[in-house]
Amino acid sequence: MEDVIIGLEIHVQLNRLRSKMFCGCSTDYHNSEPNSHTCPVCLGLPGSLPVLNKKAVEFGIKVGLALNCTIEEETLFYRKNYYYPDLPKGFQISQYDFPLATRGHIMILGDDGVERDIRINRAHMEEDPGRLVHAGTIDKAKYTMVDYNRCGMPLLEVVTEPDLHSPKEARAFLDKLKSILEYLEVFDGSLEGSMRVDANISLRGGDRTEIKNISGFKGVEKALSYEITRQKNMQRRNIKVVQETRHFDEIRNITVSIRSKVGAHDYRYFPECDLVGLRIASWVPAIKAALPELPDAKRKRFVEQYNLSDDHAKSLTSEIKVANFYEAVAARAPPKLAAVWIADVLKGELNYRDRTVDCFSQEHMAEIVNMLAENKITEDGAVQIIRDLLDGRGSSPDEIVRSKGLGKIEDDAVQKAVREAVAESADAVADYKAGSERALNFIVGVVMKKTRGKASPGEVHRLVKAEVEKI
Amino acid sequence: MLMELKEQLLSGSAEEYLSKLFLKIERSSLNGFTSLARESALQQAREFDKNPGKGRLAGVPIAIKECISTKGIETNCSSNILRGYIPPYDAHVIQQLKAEGAIIMGKTNMDEFAMGSSTETSCFGPTRNPWDHDRVPGGSSGGSAAVVAGGEAPCALGSDTGGSVRCPASFCGIVGLKPTYGLVSRFGLIAYANSLEQIGPLTRTVEDTALLMEVIAGHDERDTTSAEGKKSYLPIKEGVGGLKIGIPREYFGEGVSKEVERAVWDAINTLEGLGATWKEVSLPHTKNALAAYYVIAMSEASSNLARFDGLRYGLRPGEDKDWHTTFSDIRAKGFGPETKRRILLGTYALSAGYYGRYYLKALKVRTLIKEDFLRAFKDVDLLAGPTMPIPAFRIGERINDPLSLYLADVFTVPINLAGVPAISVPCGFAGHLPVGLQLIGRHFDEATILQAAHTFEKATPFHERMPEVV
Repeated sequence: MEDVIIGLEIHVQLNRLRSKMFCGCSTDYHNSEPNSHTCPVCLGLPGSLPVLNKKAVEFGIKVGLALNCTIEEETLFYRKNYYYPDLPKGFQISQYDFPLATRGHIMILGDDGVERDIRINRAHMEEDPGRLVHAGTIDKAKYTMVDYNRCGMPLLEVVTEPDLHSPKEARAFLDKLKSILEYLEVFDGSLEGSMRVDANISLRGGDRTEIKNISGFKGVEKALSYEITRQKNMQRRNIKVVQETRHFDEIRNITVSIRSKVGAHDYRYFPECDLVGLRIASWVPAIKAALPELPDAKRKRFVEQYNLSDDHAKSLTSEIKVANFYEAVAARAPPKLAAVWIADVLKGELNYRDRTVDCFSQEHMAEIVNMLAENKITEDGAVQIIRDLLDGRGSSPDEIVRSKGLGKIEDDAVQKAVREAVAESADAVADYKAGSERALNFIVGVVMKKTRGKASPGEVHRLVKAEVEKI
Repeated sequence: MLMELKEQLLSGSAEEYLSKLFLKIERSSLNGFTSLARESALQQAREFDKNPGKGRLAGVPIAIKECISTKGIETNCSSNILRGYIPPYDAHVIQQLKAEGAIIMGKTNMDEFAMGSSTETSCFGPTRNPWDHDRVPGGSSGGSAAVVAGGEAPCALGSDTGGSVRCPASFCGIVGLKPTYGLVSRFGLIAYANSLEQIGPLTRTVEDTALLMEVIAGHDERDTTSAEGKKSYLPIKEGVGGLKIGIPREYFGEGVSKEVERAVWDAINTLEGLGATWKEVSLPHTKNALAAYYVIAMSEASSNLARFDGLRYGLRPGEDKDWHTTFSDIRAKGFGPETKRRILLGTYALSAGYYGRYYLKALKVRTLIKEDFLRAFKDVDLLAGPTMPIPAFRIGERINDPLSLYLADVFTVPINLAGVPAISVPCGFAGHLPVGLQLIGRHFDEATILQAAHTFEKATPFHERMPEVV
């Protein structure tokens, strides 16, 4: 889909900071009464002045470096002027010329299966506005309430070049960005509204539209897919796509026009004189030195250090929590087997339940992998243990194995059962000899019955076959 | 004067003194005060009478300009749009004053949002000049200057964006200081043009100004532009022997009234007689200052005043309609014509396509003006000239001719553009109207201009003359 051109602007809340961008109010407002996390500064009361949270700039530089950007020598804050009830000063403190970070890139897996760099145009800091709460739906609400708790939350806006060519690539970019942000410990993606996306999209040769304020990565994919279809159909009908701003209606899954270029905002950017220019070049070396290992580097190391497949390494490193979980397990159990079980099984079971790896004990996982390695449980048994632990049916792998009798029985007992079963199944043996491969399944079934399911079916099949061949 | 007042309060009664002031204010026709904090002030005075405490301003009443936030006391910038707004916090300067025992007696009239040089654009109507009630007190801190000159308050705070402390000080025959940008915290000062303004004292004597400066100046971490360190100004060094004064050529001549020019030259001669030397200097970009000032001030104002939408505080008349309509109605009703003019001009100057032509160009001029001053200060210790080119004009005389009003700021605005300190001291009379001498200093060198002003004041009688009570 090279003829689709997509660029993204991503607003990231640096929500791992403790206080807001320009005042001392706490950022931990998500479960609070509306307007309880406010002060004269974030409410923009007359006479109040912003004081820059230096830690926010530090976080911003961290991200800039992780996105391979150039950090400016000196960074400046500007006022972006527009009127909206969620913006208590009538302007937003943002950046314009001399943003924090410029010209970077991060790697994603393209639709063609080849990894490539997506260029970052810039990353700049700004304050979040408040939040509007409509009494009912946006078009039918009788009134709207404003909650200023979010007002002044530190935001980083990451702007890409138009290097993405499909909704799927856009999604891949966002996943990668989120992964990096969580690695840097500047961002918690689980909080509502922590990442909001504006997407610019055009078909080659056409004008672009901007879809504003999409929340959720699935929403981005859906909005872009709809917009591609819409623009293609307009081209087919020989209607010109006009440059405009559109809104993604999550319920109807369509985009609707909210503003044409004629009504485009003039934000009248000019320097925010209440804040002085900030020389940040000298901050960079220390921040750079303290940067953690990032996803790509960790993935490479996992392949080398643990001898993992690239797919497994990628799956295990996409989330820092999973990567840390894996390394803790790999320290206590065979790393390669642990990788398979965490990447292929545990992650799936967690996804299915919409839960994160925090809820699973590293010790339990190591125990399960070790039991598998020592052949004490079957693969089915291991899956059963993982599910039981996740669903609260049992307190430890060991306990579940014992209470459910999942312990794989001794090989001698299996051998004995195989011999007996073969001896008892003369007809089936004859059928097998006559060329019916499926006849073995009957004998395997008898063995499984004798061992009450504790033997591994694959293993039993192999043993039965060997036993019959002897005849 | 404040020193004597403190003695008087200690031996007498602050409550009695304050009650007399309130009585005088009630009978006054100056329209200097917009509201009085009678209850809390008298309560504080009674407490002082019981236990005076050690504060440097203990028991001293002070009047505060309407644009400086006072906790629990309405602060409205003399604008309808902020009527009823009671700040939940004190400005930094108010905290400092209270910590030294000063008594906030009330709020004073001003040009709406400090936009003017006559205090005529106030929603409370014009304040009158105590020397001639048909004339303006200057502005925008006209209320603060008038109540001090008229004996209704011993001292006051104003704010100076383009001359708003010095102009009314000059027109009302008192002392007014615009400190170096960054010396006094702006936290709690409702912004008109935030890159230009400073809070400053209005007093009867230079020594009183120095005393107030010791209380209000100093670093405040809530104002990022506030300078580090704490300065001391008292006792003021007396004598001007050895001081080199620069006389800017551009501050005399066309547009300056003959009487003002004569009074200022008399003052320069007096300073020379006291041991100073003078030489002519040039501030060649003075002619560009007004244009640059108004572009910058209006641009900043258009943004600073955007927050007044009636949603969280202030004017909220009638029934709510959709947001844009309600918001537009409130601003249409709440702002006066001069404020609207400046918001519109500022919005225009910042618009796409004009930003470079106006705002950026004005910033370049600003740099040139600052360089003018830095160059001059290589040769001289301070500069002297008229504060205002004319004495106080008649109420209504210029209000419909904004350009002629703007022109009156020609010698005060360059100081704000450069960020240097300047003081206005009484230096004579044009007929029955006071004339102010402006002394301009190096950045953070308030000490030298206080020294020169104080020495001049000691040698002259002008500050002793009071307007007749009408």
